[in-house]
Amino acid sequence: MEAFKTEGNLKKRKIISIVLKTAVWFCGILTVGILVYILLFILVRGIPNINMEFLFGEYNSETLSALSSIVATIEMIAISLVIAVPIGVFCAIYLTEYAKRGSRAVKIIRLAVDTLAGIPSIVYGLFGMILFVNILGFRASILSGVCTISIMILPVIISTSEEAIKSVPDMYREGSLGLGATRLRTVFKIVLPAAMPGILSGVILAIGRIVGETAALIFTSGTNVMKNPTLNLHSSQRTLAIHMYMLASEGLPHSKDMAFATGAILIVIVFLVNFAAEKLANRIGRQ
Amino acid sequence: MNKDKIKIENVDLYYGEFQALKNVNMRIKENEITAFIGPSGCGKSTLLKSLNRMNDLIEGVKITGKILLDDVDIYKDMDPSILRKRVGMVFQKPNPFPMSIYENVAYGPKTHGVKSKSRLDEIVEQSLRSAAMWDEVKDRLKKSALGLSGGQQQRLCIARAFSVNPEVILLDEPTSALDPISTMKIEDLLAEIRKNYTIIIVTHNMQQATRISDKTGFFLQGEVVEFDETDKLFSMPKNKKTEDYITGRFG
Repeated sequence: MEAFKTEGNLKKRKIISIVLKTAVWFCGILTVGILVYILLFILVRGIPNINMEFLFGEYNSETLSALSSIVATIEMIAISLVIAVPIGVFCAIYLTEYAKRGSRAVKIIRLAVDTLAGIPSIVYGLFGMILFVNILGFRASILSGVCTISIMILPVIISTSEEAIKSVPDMYREGSLGLGATRLRTVFKIVLPAAMPGILSGVILAIGRIVGETAALIFTSGTNVMKNPTLNLHSSQRTLAIHMYMLASEGLPHSKDMAFATGAILIVIVFLVNFAAEKLANRIGRQ
Repeated sequence: MNKDKIKIENVDLYYGEFQALKNVNMRIKENEITAFIGPSGCGKSTLLKSLNRMNDLIEGVKITGKILLDDVDIYKDMDPSILRKRVGMVFQKPNPFPMSIYENVAYGPKTHGVKSKSRLDEIVEQSLRSAAMWDEVKDRLKKSALGLSGGQQQRLCIARAFSVNPEVILLDEPTSALDPISTMKIEDLLAEIRKNYTIIIVTHNMQQATRISDKTGFFLQGEVVEFDETDKLFSMPKNKKTEDYITGRFG
């Protein structure tokens, strides 16, 4: 056996480790840097243009108010989640707790979920336009948009919930069943609470998709903008992302600036929602 | 003479093609501690889990023969939920639920329909007292059970098993993940509660079996090689294989 040349080896390892450390730091800083740059770029250009009229005023070609779009965005988030989260979570419960491992039904559902996740959003838009807007006669409306976007976020919710439920240790289930609890009680009282933080992270991803969606919504909820905010689901009203898109492509002298202002509001909303969801997840996790 | 609490008659159990239990016959007496010993994979845990049908959860399990609890066939004439209320279980790894100490113990009675807050308080206190840990935890009932030490967690799981007022308690190597002091506490506890319960314990530790059990069953490759009074089995084993195992020649 040849003895180790410890010293030469050590030197080489030290160099490698310095190089790797530098690379890791560089990548980290680069990522954060890009994020900060984008945020600053939008906030710096956007925030000075935000004024009371824009935030709370009536929409006209002067104010270009975002108020009705803000309300529509929140409506869109709330209603889509109310539709998609229960369906998605129940589907995940079926896949993980009830279906036999590797059964045909599971394979088919999983294939469907993966396929749905990979479809470009504009295809959902066309589908939604044909089904909800035309065939079901919802016309271009928040309702059509909500229906379309609920289908879009379903795969995200199913797959994150499935992972979260799977990561709940089996010993919790055994403990519950061993006390004579039924499967159903075990799922709702033990498994779901333990999986809640993971499920919430899926919900945050879904909110991100809803907030950022344009293509699918242009075809379904439309680019129309109401003078004043409306809760009427049958009216056609753009969300913030579409508001931004429309402003950016409009020819009014101040519409570009207002597009940035909209972007700034969008960022703030995303921050608030993520912050709230994280607080909620921590709270549930601690219990 | 105590009566037979559990009768195991001609039980064969298969995991798919693999036969894990071969023609097992056994009578478990009321208010006694019965220990199952044997090398890993000998079927002792499998038999234990058959007694409250926890094996049902594993796909591809087939069981033939009869297991009777107070002369009722648990696989034919009893709802698993009722069975598991009467035959409680403590697992190898402490598995308290990720909730408060109080909620851990209250979960069982709530499952079986106890709603009144004062009744639940009572059950929680009683169960924790029976598990000899009331004084340790009475001031932090609302704290998470996951903050307890391993030994405390395991005693909490025993308290949780008590909470539904079972008749039989199955313990699957309950001390294998614990330090000697926690182990001793649990052994003392078992000695204390045997007058009210029928206890069956699977253990890798032969000293533990001699210390606490009245009867011992020695398992090998899915068969019960010998089942007798613990004193007899360890001092004058009838079977050569038992002798080899308890004298440390294999296993």
